[in-house]
Amino acid sequence: MMTFTLWDIVRNLLLGGALTLLLSMVAFVLGGLAALALLFARIAKHRPPRGLAQIYIEIFQGTPLLLQLFTLFFGLSLLGLDVPAWLAAGVGLMLFSSAYLAEIWRGCVESVPRGQWEAGASLALTYREQMRHVILPQAMRMAIAPTVGFAVQVVKGTAVTSIIGFAELTKTGSMIANATYQPFLVYGLVAIGYFLLCYPLSWYAQRLERRLYATRTN
Amino acid sequence: MPLVRTNRLHKHFGKNHVLKGINLEVEEGEVVAIVGRSGSGKSTLLRALNGLETIDDGTIEVDGTALVAEQGDLRALRQKVGMVFQQFNLFPHLSAGQNVMLAPQIVKDTSKEEAEVIARSTLARVGLEHKFDAFPDQLSGGQQQRVAIARALAMSPKVLLCDEITSALDPELVNEVLMVVRQLASEGMTLIMVTHEMRFAREVGNKLVFMYEGRIHESGDPQTMFANPATPEFANFISSLD
Repeated sequence: MMTFTLWDIVRNLLLGGALTLLLSMVAFVLGGLAALALLFARIAKHRPPRGLAQIYIEIFQGTPLLLQLFTLFFGLSLLGLDVPAWLAAGVGLMLFSSAYLAEIWRGCVESVPRGQWEAGASLALTYREQMRHVILPQAMRMAIAPTVGFAVQVVKGTAVTSIIGFAELTKTGSMIANATYQPFLVYGLVAIGYFLLCYPLSWYAQRLERRLYATRTN
Repeated sequence: MPLVRTNRLHKHFGKNHVLKGINLEVEEGEVVAIVGRSGSGKSTLLRALNGLETIDDGTIEVDGTALVAEQGDLRALRQKVGMVFQQFNLFPHLSAGQNVMLAPQIVKDTSKEEAEVIARSTLARVGLEHKFDAFPDQLSGGQQQRVAIARALAMSPKVLLCDEITSALDPELVNEVLMVVRQLASEGMTLIMVTHEMRFAREVGNKLVFMYEGRIHESGDPQTMFANPATPEFANFISSLD
Protein backbone atom coordinates (compact mmCIF):
# COMPACT_ATOMS: atom_id res chain seq x y z
CA MET A 1 0.00 0.00 0.00
CA MET A 2 1.14 3.43 -0.89
CA THR A 3 1.96 5.77 1.99
CA PHE A 4 1.51 9.51 2.06
CA THR A 5 3.72 11.85 4.01
CA LEU A 6 2.25 15.01 5.45
CA TRP A 7 4.18 16.94 2.81
CA ASP A 8 2.51 14.93 0.04
CA ILE A 9 -0.85 15.93 1.43
CA VAL A 10 0.04 19.59 1.90
CA ARG A 11 1.69 19.82 -1.51
CA ASN A 12 -1.44 18.60 -3.27
CA LEU A 13 -3.65 20.79 -1.18
CA LEU A 14 -1.52 23.80 -2.07
CA LEU A 15 -2.12 23.03 -5.72
CA GLY A 16 -5.87 22.83 -5.09
CA GLY A 17 -5.66 26.02 -3.07
CA ALA A 18 -3.98 27.80 -5.95
CA LEU A 19 -6.83 26.77 -8.25
CA THR A 20 -9.35 28.02 -5.67
CA LEU A 21 -7.57 31.33 -5.57
CA LEU A 22 -7.42 31.57 -9.36
CA LEU A 23 -11.08 30.63 -9.76
CA SER A 24 -12.07 33.18 -7.10
CA MET A 25 -10.14 35.96 -8.77
CA VAL A 26 -11.43 35.20 -12.25
CA ALA A 27 -15.02 34.98 -10.98
CA PHE A 28 -14.66 38.14 -8.95
CA VAL A 29 -12.98 40.29 -11.61
CA LEU A 30 -15.12 39.16 -14.55
CA GLY A 31 -18.19 39.12 -12.32
CA GLY A 32 -17.35 42.66 -11.27
CA LEU A 33 -17.18 43.84 -14.88
CA ALA A 34 -20.50 42.17 -15.68
CA ALA A 35 -21.94 43.68 -12.50
CA LEU A 36 -20.98 47.15 -13.67
CA ALA A 37 -23.00 46.68 -16.84
CA LEU A 38 -25.88 45.22 -14.81
CA LEU A 39 -25.72 48.13 -12.39
CA PHE A 40 -26.16 50.71 -15.11
CA ALA A 41 -29.02 48.71 -16.60
CA ARG A 42 -30.61 48.37 -13.17
CA ILE A 43 -30.60 52.11 -12.47
CA ALA A 44 -31.32 53.21 -16.04
CA LYS A 45 -34.07 55.70 -16.72
CA HIS A 46 -35.83 53.39 -19.16
CA ARG A 47 -37.94 50.48 -18.06
CA PRO A 48 -36.78 47.63 -20.37
CA PRO A 49 -33.11 47.49 -19.28
CA ARG A 50 -34.17 47.94 -15.67
CA GLY A 51 -36.61 45.05 -15.90
CA LEU A 52 -34.18 42.71 -17.67
CA ALA A 53 -31.43 43.38 -15.15
CA GLN A 54 -33.85 42.79 -12.32
CA ILE A 55 -34.99 39.44 -13.76
CA TYR A 56 -31.36 38.36 -14.16
CA ILE A 57 -30.53 39.35 -10.59
CA GLU A 58 -33.63 37.68 -9.16
CA ILE A 59 -32.82 34.42 -10.95
CA PHE A 60 -29.24 34.25 -9.70
CA GLN A 61 -30.06 35.41 -6.20
CA GLY A 62 -33.15 33.23 -5.94
CA THR A 63 -31.61 29.85 -6.85
CA PRO A 64 -28.79 27.90 -5.18
CA LEU A 65 -25.34 28.26 -6.70
CA LEU A 66 -25.17 24.47 -6.83
CA LEU A 67 -28.17 24.31 -9.16
CA GLN A 68 -26.75 27.06 -11.34
CA LEU A 69 -23.59 25.01 -11.76
CA PHE A 70 -25.54 21.79 -12.46
CA THR A 71 -27.59 23.57 -15.07
CA LEU A 72 -24.51 24.92 -16.80
CA PHE A 73 -22.53 21.71 -16.58
CA PHE A 74 -25.13 19.02 -17.23
CA GLY A 75 -27.75 21.10 -19.00
CA LEU A 76 -25.45 22.35 -21.71
CA SER A 77 -23.99 18.91 -22.32
CA LEU A 78 -27.54 17.64 -22.86
CA LEU A 79 -27.73 20.17 -25.69
CA GLY A 80 -24.60 18.63 -27.13
CA LEU A 81 -22.25 21.31 -25.81
CA ASP A 82 -19.39 19.71 -23.96
CA VAL A 83 -18.53 22.08 -21.17
CA PRO A 84 -15.36 21.25 -19.22
CA ALA A 85 -15.62 21.52 -15.44
CA TRP A 86 -13.28 24.50 -15.15
CA LEU A 87 -15.28 26.48 -17.67
CA ALA A 88 -18.62 25.70 -16.05
CA ALA A 89 -17.15 26.56 -12.65
CA GLY A 90 -15.69 29.87 -13.85
CA VAL A 91 -18.75 30.98 -15.79
CA GLY A 92 -21.14 29.84 -13.07
CA LEU A 93 -19.35 31.73 -10.32
CA MET A 94 -18.94 34.77 -12.52
CA LEU A 95 -22.68 34.98 -13.22
CA PHE A 96 -23.42 34.41 -9.54
CA SER A 97 -20.98 37.14 -8.45
CA SER A 98 -22.23 39.62 -11.01
CA ALA A 99 -25.80 39.42 -9.69
CA TYR A 100 -24.77 39.99 -6.09
CA LEU A 101 -22.21 42.70 -6.80
CA ALA A 102 -24.72 44.59 -8.97
CA GLU A 103 -27.20 44.59 -6.07
CA ILE A 104 -24.57 45.66 -3.54
CA TRP A 105 -23.46 48.51 -5.77
CA ARG A 106 -27.00 49.55 -6.57
CA GLY A 107 -27.61 49.91 -2.87
CA CYS A 108 -24.55 52.16 -2.62
CA VAL A 109 -25.64 54.35 -5.54
CA GLU A 110 -29.14 54.66 -4.12
CA SER A 111 -27.86 55.56 -0.67
CA VAL A 112 -26.33 58.76 -2.04
CA PRO A 113 -28.88 61.38 -0.93
CA ARG A 114 -31.28 62.72 -3.57
CA GLY A 115 -30.06 66.23 -2.82
CA GLN A 116 -26.73 65.35 -4.43
CA TRP A 117 -28.45 64.58 -7.73
CA GLU A 118 -30.47 67.76 -7.44
CA ALA A 119 -27.42 69.87 -6.70
CA GLY A 120 -25.76 68.42 -9.79
CA ALA A 121 -28.87 69.00 -11.88
CA SER A 122 -29.24 72.58 -10.66
CA LEU A 123 -25.69 73.25 -11.90
CA ALA A 124 -26.78 72.12 -15.38
CA LEU A 125 -24.94 68.80 -15.27
CA THR A 126 -26.53 66.06 -17.39
CA TYR A 127 -27.59 62.71 -15.90
CA ARG A 128 -24.30 61.16 -17.04
CA GLU A 129 -22.22 63.98 -15.63
CA GLN A 130 -24.09 63.84 -12.32
CA MET A 131 -23.45 60.12 -12.20
CA ARG A 132 -19.78 60.35 -13.08
CA HIS A 133 -18.69 63.39 -11.07
CA VAL A 134 -21.09 63.44 -8.14
CA ILE A 135 -22.76 60.10 -7.47
CA LEU A 136 -20.24 57.39 -8.39
CA PRO A 137 -17.30 58.84 -6.44
CA GLN A 138 -19.43 58.81 -3.31
CA ALA A 139 -21.02 55.43 -4.02
CA MET A 140 -17.63 53.84 -4.70
CA ARG A 141 -16.34 54.91 -1.35
CA MET A 142 -19.30 53.27 0.34
CA ALA A 143 -19.01 50.15 -1.83
CA ILE A 144 -15.44 49.22 -0.92
CA ALA A 145 -16.13 47.50 2.39
CA PRO A 146 -19.17 45.40 1.32
CA THR A 147 -17.44 44.50 -1.95
CA VAL A 148 -14.38 43.13 -0.18
CA GLY A 149 -16.74 41.37 2.20
CA PHE A 150 -18.47 39.73 -0.75
CA ALA A 151 -15.08 38.53 -2.07
CA VAL A 152 -14.99 36.26 1.01
CA GLN A 153 -18.31 34.75 -0.08
CA VAL A 154 -16.89 34.11 -3.55
CA VAL A 155 -13.84 32.29 -2.15
CA LYS A 156 -16.07 30.05 -0.04
CA GLY A 157 -18.50 29.68 -2.94
CA THR A 158 -15.80 28.05 -5.05
CA ALA A 159 -16.07 24.97 -2.78
CA VAL A 160 -19.39 24.18 -4.45
CA THR A 161 -17.67 23.68 -7.80
CA SER A 162 -16.05 20.52 -6.38
CA ILE A 163 -19.40 18.86 -7.00
CA ILE A 164 -19.01 19.10 -10.78
CA GLY A 165 -15.49 17.74 -10.51
CA PHE A 166 -13.37 20.86 -10.63
CA ALA A 167 -10.21 20.01 -8.66
CA GLU A 168 -10.02 23.06 -6.43
CA LEU A 169 -9.22 22.89 -2.73
CA THR A 170 -12.29 21.00 -1.53
CA LYS A 171 -12.26 18.45 -4.38
CA THR A 172 -8.53 17.88 -3.92
CA GLY A 173 -9.14 17.41 -0.21
CA SER A 174 -11.84 14.82 -0.69
CA MET A 175 -9.69 12.86 -3.16
CA ILE A 176 -6.78 12.84 -0.75
CA ALA A 177 -9.02 11.93 2.17
CA ASN A 178 -10.30 8.94 0.23
CA ALA A 179 -6.78 7.81 -0.59
CA THR A 180 -5.21 8.31 2.83
CA TYR A 181 -8.13 7.34 5.09
CA GLN A 182 -7.27 10.41 7.17
CA PRO A 183 -10.33 12.60 6.61
CA PHE A 184 -10.01 14.55 9.83
CA LEU A 185 -6.45 15.62 9.11
CA VAL A 186 -7.09 16.39 5.46
CA TYR A 187 -10.36 18.30 5.91
CA GLY A 188 -8.80 20.12 8.84
CA LEU A 189 -6.01 21.28 6.54
CA VAL A 190 -8.57 22.22 3.88
CA ALA A 191 -10.44 24.36 6.40
CA ILE A 192 -7.22 26.07 7.42
CA GLY A 193 -6.53 26.72 3.74
CA TYR A 194 -9.89 28.53 3.31
CA PHE A 195 -9.32 30.45 6.49
CA LEU A 196 -5.93 31.64 5.29
CA LEU A 197 -7.51 32.85 2.06
CA CYS A 198 -10.52 34.52 3.66
CA TYR A 199 -9.22 35.99 6.87
CA PRO A 200 -7.02 38.68 5.28
CA LEU A 201 -10.00 39.76 3.18
CA SER A 202 -12.43 40.06 6.07
CA TRP A 203 -9.79 41.75 8.20
CA TYR A 204 -9.28 44.27 5.41
CA ALA A 205 -13.05 44.77 4.97
CA GLN A 206 -13.46 45.47 8.67
CA ARG A 207 -10.62 47.92 8.68
CA LEU A 208 -12.03 49.77 5.69
CA GLU A 209 -15.45 49.89 7.26
CA ARG A 210 -14.10 51.37 10.48
CA ARG A 211 -12.08 53.94 8.63
CA LEU A 212 -14.89 55.03 6.34
CA TYR A 213 -17.35 55.06 9.22
CA ALA A 214 -15.02 57.30 11.20
CA THR A 215 -14.73 59.84 8.38
CA ARG A 216 -18.48 59.92 7.86
CA THR A 217 -19.44 60.72 11.41
CA ASN A 218 -17.57 63.93 12.00
CA MET B 1 -39.60 92.58 -20.46
CA PRO B 2 -39.41 90.62 -17.18
CA LEU B 3 -36.38 88.40 -16.59
CA VAL B 4 -38.48 85.53 -15.26
CA ARG B 5 -42.06 84.92 -16.32
CA THR B 6 -44.29 81.98 -15.62
CA ASN B 7 -47.54 81.56 -17.42
CA ARG B 8 -50.44 79.46 -16.06
CA LEU B 9 -48.13 77.03 -14.32
CA HIS B 10 -49.82 73.84 -13.13
CA LYS B 11 -48.39 70.96 -11.16
CA HIS B 12 -49.98 67.86 -9.65
CA PHE B 13 -48.53 65.31 -7.26
CA GLY B 14 -50.91 62.44 -7.90
CA LYS B 15 -54.37 63.80 -7.07
CA ASN B 16 -52.90 66.73 -5.22
CA HIS B 17 -53.07 69.89 -7.30
CA VAL B 18 -50.15 71.86 -5.82
CA LEU B 19 -49.73 74.68 -8.34
CA LYS B 20 -52.97 76.03 -9.75
CA GLY B 21 -52.00 78.39 -12.52
CA ILE B 22 -49.10 80.50 -11.32
CA ASN B 23 -48.42 83.75 -13.17
CA LEU B 24 -45.27 85.29 -11.77
CA GLU B 25 -43.15 88.05 -13.22
CA VAL B 26 -39.76 89.01 -11.87
CA GLU B 27 -37.83 91.97 -13.21
CA GLU B 28 -34.06 92.03 -13.47
CA GLY B 29 -32.48 93.02 -10.16
CA GLU B 30 -35.65 92.37 -8.21
CA VAL B 31 -35.54 90.53 -4.89
CA VAL B 32 -38.66 88.44 -4.49
CA ALA B 33 -39.60 86.67 -1.29
CA ILE B 34 -42.14 83.90 -1.51
CA VAL B 35 -43.90 83.14 1.75
CA GLY B 36 -46.75 80.94 2.82
CA ARG B 37 -47.63 77.98 4.99
CA SER B 38 -46.04 74.62 4.34
CA GLY B 39 -47.96 72.86 1.60
CA SER B 40 -48.90 76.10 -0.11
CA GLY B 41 -46.72 75.21 -3.10
CA LYS B 42 -43.94 77.74 -2.60
CA SER B 43 -41.06 75.27 -2.70
CA THR B 44 -42.59 73.42 -5.65
CA LEU B 45 -42.83 76.68 -7.57
CA LEU B 46 -39.19 77.47 -6.88
CA ARG B 47 -38.05 73.98 -7.86
CA ALA B 48 -40.11 74.16 -11.05
CA LEU B 49 -38.23 77.30 -12.04
CA ASN B 50 -35.09 75.33 -12.74
CA GLY B 51 -36.68 72.09 -13.80
CA LEU B 52 -36.22 70.07 -10.60
CA GLU B 53 -39.98 69.56 -10.71
CA THR B 54 -41.59 68.87 -14.05
CA ILE B 55 -44.60 71.00 -14.83
CA ASP B 56 -47.91 69.65 -16.09
CA ASP B 57 -49.08 72.73 -17.91
CA GLY B 58 -47.96 76.27 -18.63
CA THR B 59 -44.62 77.84 -19.49
CA ILE B 60 -41.59 79.24 -17.75
CA GLU B 61 -39.42 81.80 -19.44
CA VAL B 62 -36.06 82.98 -18.12
CA ASP B 63 -34.17 85.65 -20.03
CA GLY B 64 -35.69 84.51 -23.31
CA THR B 65 -35.16 80.77 -22.70
CA ALA B 66 -38.53 79.05 -22.53
CA LEU B 67 -39.42 75.85 -20.74
CA VAL B 68 -42.67 74.30 -21.87
CA ALA B 69 -44.46 71.49 -20.03
CA GLU B 70 -43.29 68.03 -21.14
CA GLN B 71 -40.40 69.37 -23.16
CA GLY B 72 -37.58 71.82 -22.98
CA ASP B 73 -33.86 72.30 -22.91
CA LEU B 74 -33.16 72.07 -19.21
CA ARG B 75 -29.44 72.59 -19.67
CA ALA B 76 -29.92 76.00 -21.23
CA LEU B 77 -32.44 77.01 -18.58
CA ARG B 78 -30.31 75.79 -15.69
CA GLN B 79 -27.29 77.75 -16.85
CA LYS B 80 -29.35 80.87 -16.27
CA VAL B 81 -30.88 79.80 -12.99
CA GLY B 82 -28.74 79.02 -9.95
CA MET B 83 -30.12 77.28 -6.92
CA VAL B 84 -29.22 77.12 -3.25
CA PHE B 85 -30.82 74.42 -1.12
CA GLN B 86 -31.99 74.18 2.47
CA GLN B 87 -29.60 71.27 3.12
CA PHE B 88 -26.64 72.90 1.29
CA ASN B 89 -26.07 69.73 -0.78
CA LEU B 90 -22.36 70.35 -1.16
CA PHE B 91 -20.45 67.47 -2.73
CA PRO B 92 -18.80 65.86 0.31
CA HIS B 93 -16.01 64.20 -1.66
CA LEU B 94 -14.76 67.52 -3.05
CA SER B 95 -13.12 70.46 -1.30
CA ALA B 96 -14.90 73.81 -1.16
CA GLY B 97 -12.83 75.02 -4.11
CA GLN B 98 -13.51 71.89 -6.16
CA ASN B 99 -17.23 72.16 -5.39
CA VAL B 100 -17.20 75.59 -7.00
CA MET B 101 -14.92 74.61 -9.89
CA LEU B 102 -16.79 71.48 -10.98
CA ALA B 103 -19.72 72.85 -12.99
CA PRO B 104 -17.86 75.58 -14.93
CA GLN B 105 -15.33 72.98 -16.07
CA ILE B 106 -17.89 70.39 -17.12
CA VAL B 107 -20.75 72.51 -18.40
CA LYS B 108 -18.93 75.51 -19.79
CA ASP B 109 -15.65 73.85 -20.78
CA THR B 110 -13.75 76.35 -18.68
CA SER B 111 -10.08 75.43 -18.25
CA LYS B 112 -8.96 74.25 -14.83
CA GLU B 113 -6.82 77.34 -14.27
CA GLU B 114 -9.65 79.65 -15.22
CA ALA B 115 -12.14 77.70 -13.12
CA GLU B 116 -9.82 78.10 -10.15
CA VAL B 117 -9.66 81.85 -10.65
CA ILE B 118 -13.46 81.96 -10.78
CA ALA B 119 -13.72 79.75 -7.70
CA ARG B 120 -11.32 81.88 -5.68
CA SER B 121 -13.13 85.07 -6.57
CA THR B 122 -16.62 83.69 -5.88
CA LEU B 123 -15.43 82.22 -2.57
CA ALA B 124 -14.05 85.67 -1.76
CA ARG B 125 -17.48 87.15 -2.48
CA VAL B 126 -18.95 85.01 0.29
CA GLY B 127 -15.99 85.68 2.56
CA LEU B 128 -14.46 82.20 2.36
CA GLU B 129 -11.40 82.55 0.16
CA HIS B 130 -9.32 81.03 2.96
CA LYS B 131 -11.45 77.85 2.95
CA PHE B 132 -10.64 76.88 -0.63
CA ASP B 133 -9.06 73.56 0.40
CA ALA B 134 -11.42 72.70 3.26
CA PHE B 135 -13.83 69.81 2.83
CA PRO B 136 -17.53 70.31 3.59
CA ASP B 137 -17.38 68.28 6.80
CA GLN B 138 -14.72 70.66 8.10
CA LEU B 139 -17.01 73.67 7.68
CA SER B 140 -19.83 74.98 9.84
CA GLY B 141 -23.36 74.95 8.45
CA GLY B 142 -23.20 78.65 7.71
CA GLN B 143 -19.90 78.27 5.89
CA GLN B 144 -21.23 75.30 3.91
CA GLN B 145 -24.22 77.34 2.84
CA ARG B 146 -21.96 80.19 1.75
CA VAL B 147 -19.85 77.76 -0.31
CA ALA B 148 -23.12 76.54 -1.87
CA ILE B 149 -23.94 80.13 -2.80
CA ALA B 150 -20.46 80.55 -4.31
CA ARG B 151 -20.93 77.32 -6.25
CA ALA B 152 -24.14 78.66 -7.78
CA LEU B 153 -22.58 82.07 -8.49
CA ALA B 154 -19.62 80.51 -10.31
CA MET B 155 -21.98 79.67 -13.19
CA SER B 156 -22.88 83.38 -13.43
CA PRO B 157 -26.62 82.77 -13.32
CA LYS B 158 -29.14 85.44 -14.28
CA VAL B 159 -31.26 84.61 -11.27
CA LEU B 160 -30.55 82.85 -8.01
CA LEU B 161 -33.19 80.71 -6.34
CA CYS B 162 -32.91 80.24 -2.59
CA ASP B 163 -35.01 77.46 -1.06
CA GLU B 164 -35.29 78.15 2.68
CA ILE B 165 -31.54 78.49 2.83
CA THR B 166 -31.37 79.38 6.51
CA SER B 167 -33.91 76.87 7.82
CA ALA B 168 -31.35 74.12 8.51
CA LEU B 169 -28.93 76.44 10.29
CA ASP B 170 -28.37 77.02 13.97
CA PRO B 171 -29.77 80.45 14.91
CA GLU B 172 -26.33 82.01 15.44
CA LEU B 173 -25.29 81.04 11.89
CA VAL B 174 -28.31 82.50 10.11
CA ASN B 175 -26.96 86.02 9.97
CA GLU B 176 -23.72 85.30 8.15
CA VAL B 177 -25.73 83.70 5.33
CA LEU B 178 -28.33 86.47 5.23
CA MET B 179 -25.53 89.02 5.05
CA VAL B 180 -24.19 87.36 1.91
CA VAL B 181 -27.68 87.40 0.39
CA ARG B 182 -28.12 91.04 1.34
CA GLN B 183 -24.78 91.81 -0.32
CA LEU B 184 -25.86 90.02 -3.51
CA ALA B 185 -29.13 91.95 -3.53
CA SER B 186 -27.30 95.25 -3.21
CA GLU B 187 -25.07 94.28 -6.14
CA GLY B 188 -28.17 93.91 -8.29
CA MET B 189 -28.51 90.11 -8.35
CA THR B 190 -31.99 88.90 -9.17
CA LEU B 191 -33.13 86.74 -6.28
CA ILE B 192 -36.18 84.61 -5.73
CA MET B 193 -36.30 83.15 -2.27
CA VAL B 194 -38.63 80.99 -0.30
CA THR B 195 -38.12 82.05 3.26
CA HIS B 196 -39.43 82.06 6.79
CA GLU B 197 -37.33 85.08 7.71
CA MET B 198 -40.12 87.67 7.51
CA ARG B 199 -38.02 90.53 8.77
CA PHE B 200 -35.44 89.82 6.13
CA ALA B 201 -38.09 89.53 3.41
CA ARG B 202 -39.43 92.88 4.50
CA GLU B 203 -36.08 94.65 4.66
CA VAL B 204 -34.34 93.24 1.59
CA GLY B 205 -37.22 92.22 -0.66
CA ASN B 206 -38.69 94.48 -3.35
CA LYS B 207 -41.62 92.19 -3.76
CA LEU B 208 -43.48 89.82 -1.53
CA VAL B 209 -45.48 86.90 -2.86
CA PHE B 210 -47.91 85.18 -0.52
CA MET B 211 -48.91 81.73 -1.67
CA TYR B 212 -52.04 80.06 -0.45
CA GLU B 213 -53.37 76.67 -1.55
CA GLY B 214 -51.38 76.55 -4.76
CA ARG B 215 -52.13 80.09 -5.90
CA ILE B 216 -50.48 83.47 -5.59
CA HIS B 217 -52.98 84.89 -3.18
CA GLU B 218 -51.52 88.31 -2.70
CA SER B 219 -48.36 90.01 -3.87
CA GLY B 220 -46.80 93.43 -3.95
CA ASP B 221 -44.56 95.77 -2.02
CA PRO B 222 -43.54 94.13 1.27
CA GLN B 223 -43.93 97.27 3.41
CA THR B 224 -47.44 97.94 2.14
CA MET B 225 -48.49 94.32 2.43
CA PHE B 226 -47.33 93.99 6.01
CA ALA B 227 -48.92 97.30 6.95
CA ASN B 228 -52.21 96.65 5.14
CA PRO B 229 -52.86 93.00 4.31
CA ALA B 230 -55.36 92.90 1.47
CA THR B 231 -56.71 89.43 2.22
CA PRO B 232 -57.80 87.86 5.51
CA GLU B 233 -55.58 84.81 4.72
CA PHE B 234 -52.43 86.92 4.58
CA ALA B 235 -53.46 88.87 7.67
CA ASN B 236 -53.95 85.55 9.40
CA PHE B 237 -50.59 84.30 8.21
CA ILE B 238 -48.61 87.26 9.51
CA SER B 239 -50.45 87.39 12.80
CA SER B 240 -49.67 83.69 13.34
CA LEU B 241 -45.95 84.44 13.06
CA ASP B 242 -45.70 86.61 16.15
